[in-house]
Amino acid sequence: MVELTLPRNSKIGKGKVWPKPDGAAKTKAFKVYRYSPEEGGNPRWDTYWVDIEKCGPMVLDVLFYIKNKIDPTLAFRRSCREGVCGSCAMNIGGNNTIACTKGWDEVAGTSITIAPLPHLPVVKDLIPDLTNFYAQHAYVQPFLKTDTPAPEKEWAQTPDDRAELDGLYECILCASCSTSCPSYWWNGDKYLGPAALLQAYRWLIDSRDEATGDRLDDLEDPFKLYRCHTIMNCAQVCPKGLNPAKAIAKIKHMMVERMV
Amino acid sequence: MTTSTKTVRGLGSARRGTEHHIRQRVSAIALVVLVPWFLYSVAFAMTGGYEGATQWVQAPVNAILFLLLVSAALYHMRLGLETVIEDYISRAGTKQALLIGNTFFVAVLFAAIVLSVLKLWIGGAA
Repeated sequence: MVELTLPRNSKIGKGKVWPKPDGAAKTKAFKVYRYSPEEGGNPRWDTYWVDIEKCGPMVLDVLFYIKNKIDPTLAFRRSCREGVCGSCAMNIGGNNTIACTKGWDEVAGTSITIAPLPHLPVVKDLIPDLTNFYAQHAYVQPFLKTDTPAPEKEWAQTPDDRAELDGLYECILCASCSTSCPSYWWNGDKYLGPAALLQAYRWLIDSRDEATGDRLDDLEDPFKLYRCHTIMNCAQVCPKGLNPAKAIAKIKHMMVERMV
Repeated sequence: MTTSTKTVRGLGSARRGTEHHIRQRVSAIALVVLVPWFLYSVAFAMTGGYEGATQWVQAPVNAILFLLLVSAALYHMRLGLETVIEDYISRAGTKQALLIGNTFFVAVLFAAIVLSVLKLWIGGAA
């Protein structure tokens, strides 16, 4: 259901303004979303001043600076710190992306906002609950399905067939695309979202997979697939430069092709 | 309490939606041709006032194309509004009532416009 304002218990209040680090010559302000279910109350914006001469170039470096030097209670997910794992996806300066490959100097404005991915339940601070997102990925059965007995060695694929998977297999499931999509905001329980549909297409177009028709059956639904209205936020925010909207359009082409 | 797997699977795939997708595209293609023709007609081929409109409609080509335009536009509108309702209203009962209302509203508009064209067509001939 469409929600044009935040629910009462999600409205973000003014938080604490932490003191500037001692002796810092050049500082930059970061407004970070803070929420802890144990403490109760509404979420708030805490302002941290970061000594940018003693901080690395990425937004993830900023978060580490804050956690290590200012406020150890700040919670966020991270793992690989090089754009491979997708753990540190969050909303930075109003756009979803991954903190480890986003330079803070790429974000305009005197103070940069850092918030969790939009329209998801918040576990704590910058950590959203992605359970539904992962269930959507599982729904498209992202694995090879065949009835022909497996060959002695591997399933053969021509270089051209393999090239069809470029721009699809690189997805790191960070959820930046799905959580930037208004259709996903309003109908995230029924619409599978760009990330899951990109993965669905990755298996639909795989020359080795034999379950194409069953896969299309499971997607053919006014909500699961056809809530995509080519808004294109997904393609705009993808930190890996992928285009989920194009993959969804190609699924629709396949749907039409099997009817007409 | 339900698991997220149950939520995502929901009531299963409806196995429909492609027909709607095709119809929306086909009606859009019709409108790409008919809307510029209609705008051209209003701007250049139609003389002013009720008399001018009557004369214009009485040319069979104009009457046929105009009825096709109205059909395509209203059908496209019905499909589009259906999508908007599905997007923004999630309560099943409210949504279904609005979808029925949408169809009836478009049907009434269609009947009224067809009657108007017929009135000009017959009225002019008398």
